[in-house]
Amino acid sequence: MRISLFITCYNDTLFPETGKSVVRVLERLGHTVEFRKEQTCCGQMHWNTGYLHEAVPIIRHFVGVYRDAETVVAPSSSCVSMMRDHYLKAAEMAGDAKLAADVEALLPRVYEFTELLVKRLGVEDVGATFPHKVTLHTSCHSQRSLHLGDIPVRLLNKVRGLELLSIENPQECCGFGGTFSIKNADVSSAMLAEKVRTVLNTGAEVCTAVDNSCLMHIYGSLHRQRTLVRTAHIAEILASTGGQA
Amino acid sequence: MPSESDARLAILGSIRNALRVPAERNDAARAAEYAAIPRDYKRSGTRQGEALLELFTHRLQEYDAGVQRAPSGKIADAIGGLLAERGRHRIAIPDEVPRTWLPPGYPFEEAAGLDSMQLDKLDGVLTGCTVAIAETGSIVLQNAAAQGRRALSLVPDYHLCVVFASQVVETVPECFARLDATANLPTTFFSGPSATADIEMTRIKGVHGPRYLDVLLVVD
Amino acid sequence: MSAPQSHWTNRSFPEAAKELLADSQIRRNVRHATDVIQAKRNRVVGELPDWEALREAGSAIRAHALEHLDEYLVEFERNCTRAGGTVHWARDAAEANRIILGLIQRHQAKEVIKIKTMTSEEIGLNRHLEANGVRPHETDLAELIVQLGHDKPSHFVVPALHKNRQQVREIFQREMHLPELGDKPEDLCAAARAYLREKYLRIKVAVSGANFLVAENGAVCIVESEGNGRMCLTLPDVLISLVGIEKVLPRFRDLEVVLQTLPRSATGERMNPYNSIWTGVHEGDGPKEFHVVLLDNGRSPILADGEARQTLKCIRCAACLNACPVYHQTGGHAYESAYPGPIGAILTPQLHSMEQGRTLPYASSLCGACYEVCPVKINIPEVLIHLRGKVVEQDQKTLGGKLGVWNVGMQAAAFVMSSAQRFTLAQHMGQLAQKIFVSKSGFIERLPFMLSGWTQTRDLKALPQQSFRDWWAERESNGGDATGAAKESRDAK
Repeated sequence: MRISLFITCYNDTLFPETGKSVVRVLERLGHTVEFRKEQTCCGQMHWNTGYLHEAVPIIRHFVGVYRDAETVVAPSSSCVSMMRDHYLKAAEMAGDAKLAADVEALLPRVYEFTELLVKRLGVEDVGATFPHKVTLHTSCHSQRSLHLGDIPVRLLNKVRGLELLSIENPQECCGFGGTFSIKNADVSSAMLAEKVRTVLNTGAEVCTAVDNSCLMHIYGSLHRQRTLVRTAHIAEILASTGGQA
Repeated sequence: MPSESDARLAILGSIRNALRVPAERNDAARAAEYAAIPRDYKRSGTRQGEALLELFTHRLQEYDAGVQRAPSGKIADAIGGLLAERGRHRIAIPDEVPRTWLPPGYPFEEAAGLDSMQLDKLDGVLTGCTVAIAETGSIVLQNAAAQGRRALSLVPDYHLCVVFASQVVETVPECFARLDATANLPTTFFSGPSATADIEMTRIKGVHGPRYLDVLLVVD
Repeated sequence: MSAPQSHWTNRSFPEAAKELLADSQIRRNVRHATDVIQAKRNRVVGELPDWEALREAGSAIRAHALEHLDEYLVEFERNCTRAGGTVHWARDAAEANRIILGLIQRHQAKEVIKIKTMTSEEIGLNRHLEANGVRPHETDLAELIVQLGHDKPSHFVVPALHKNRQQVREIFQREMHLPELGDKPEDLCAAARAYLREKYLRIKVAVSGANFLVAENGAVCIVESEGNGRMCLTLPDVLISLVGIEKVLPRFRDLEVVLQTLPRSATGERMNPYNSIWTGVHEGDGPKEFHVVLLDNGRSPILADGEARQTLKCIRCAACLNACPVYHQTGGHAYESAYPGPIGAILTPQLHSMEQGRTLPYASSLCGACYEVCPVKINIPEVLIHLRGKVVEQDQKTLGGKLGVWNVGMQAAAFVMSSAQRFTLAQHMGQLAQKIFVSKSGFIERLPFMLSGWTQTRDLKALPQQSFRDWWAERESNGGDATGAAKESRDAK
């Protein structure tokens, strides 16, 4: 299958390793990955902060870039949920019927990375080896918008050597919420402190998730506290064949 | 000072304005919309007979209510036994409580003539009910025969309620179907004794309503 | 007649939250209470296989009632009046306060007993009555704790959940003159029972809210636990119910849905101990005079906003508060409103104009836990974003807002994000510009201005020197094979 990678703006800039891992996993499974260099951002930051009209050109740009793509994958549940939950509304708000029609035609072909593997490609064992203790942070958008359920767990369970440790209050937000972490920095920090305590309580070496945004937030505190626990996007674990993620 | 009828017109006008509808609306269209509301929830239960009564009993017990059974010929004996066990003597009864329920030797008091202060001094109250819901362990009282006015089952500290097996339904919708004909009567659902969890979420039985509840389930 | 000041302030949410976050006792109390309710709620919701169908029906019933609100209110008025009740209409808080005080004064009452009603908190009724020589006695245990403690409610099902048993004991010891009172919840309840019993039997006027009005037969429904509600509804001669106009249900049978979802969502019980349903006045049973005061106070204009209208579907179960990770940290007082938590964050700014609550739509990480538990499916995150959009629009109408750091930043980012050339250029500039902030460990530990909040407790990962797109371009120019990719990946470490 020809799969077009929407890397997302922050992964592109901050987490290139995640993108490389997605490419590695999909190519290992025999698929062709393309990267459309016109891509930028899904518009989530603007939309969620209330800059609704400013998000529209970004959304239009995204749809223009991928209109003819066979399948699109993004290693970020929050960006995919932005598309599924808000794109149609944005098109309606802009009074752009053409954009609305394009959105409806495109969205069924857009997948979050683990969702693509399990639901679209029917793969759970991607041939990975990762001999470490891992805990999974269930990001809000992955559970409540995309309803990924146990998809990430099923993939991690098939990774050789990986020991998956359960975490207390998995349903609770890490407190990132995009610009929430800046506008309400104190509350966000308090939420993060609880999340990090539960991560540390698991005894895991690595905390993983399907979203680097949460992981960046969680690692911000793990690093500040000088702990040895690392974070790694699930794609990096699934790409690993024995060495480091 | 603005009059209340001004306020009425202003509020209704503001609503119609906000909803962008004309002052004269179409009743038939509204009825059709109402009928189209999806109601795919469970309407009737699946349990019958003993299974239904067991569920009801179990749910009542979870609320710390006492539950006993008696056949219809032994109601008075069972009530006498319960009152003796609880040490309750002066019991209020609403109008039309069947005399066959009343064990001899107790000074039952007709509640119709008692005010709240007098009720407060009694040991308890004996009533029947209109319908009961097994799934939620709830009993429904209305201002009707053998149930009386609402204060009766509220002011005294002990309530003994007689429920016939035929009055027990499984689900909340089945209960509302039975209440439909008497929907305008004062109605009280009670589920176990009065309770609160306002302090540290610790459930405490009996705040202002009766602290003790016994249910006599009549099964033949 | 005087109009006393509200005890809610105009503080912004971040400001109020900061103060509450420093109170570890409140945070412990809130956390404990919400954990307990959530666990109970999850258990009793989980046992209903038709839960989603009940949510769907509840949502549709409430939405339908709102779309025909004028018709159902008129129908309610007609049927309530026919049954012997009197219906009053109040456009705003002042009008409602005036009507209620007038009714109380007509009966020369100096005291009233009250059932917990957040609507009365919304209009500041207690302060209005006190200022005019009428003493209101709260009868719900939690509201009694709040009232005697000269405090504010922080939750609308369990208003005193921020207080623990020792704090409640202190309040009761002081205010009820019971120096020997213990701190077991049983002792505290017994004290409240004794304190209030005399009032129930003596005071002749009661004030309540209502959970639901039924248009079809003019019925009013109140859901409660302690029996204090039943005392107030049945023993006094006069009952006055203050009810928001949105609380009407079309038909009696609609109660079969909400009386399943409300108790399970609110207190985690299959059914709460008492539900009272009555119509007007019933000879020989309950009050001789019954008044319903229908309150608008900013509700009707909300109906005009097709997106935000769903806010008014709320049945006040507070499940969204119990599920909210923000509420877990701050408790209710940070919202500075009778309506705290996620529903408050969307209701308060709409009721009291966006000015007062402009920080509330941002008091959420948009995690979606509120929507997931809502028994009438109010998509709170969606409404939050919608209201954020309104805040931004308002902001952009002022010069200060236009030139503000948020607007300038967001405009610039939107310009950058709609072109790949500009985005790539911005990445390269960022890689260079960040150098002044990056520490030896390769992390950013301190940022200036509005970003400083982040780095108070968190480090920020520095931008790697090669973005993904640059790596991809390099890979393509190298022939684009997987080995190349693996090698590049190792080199990037």
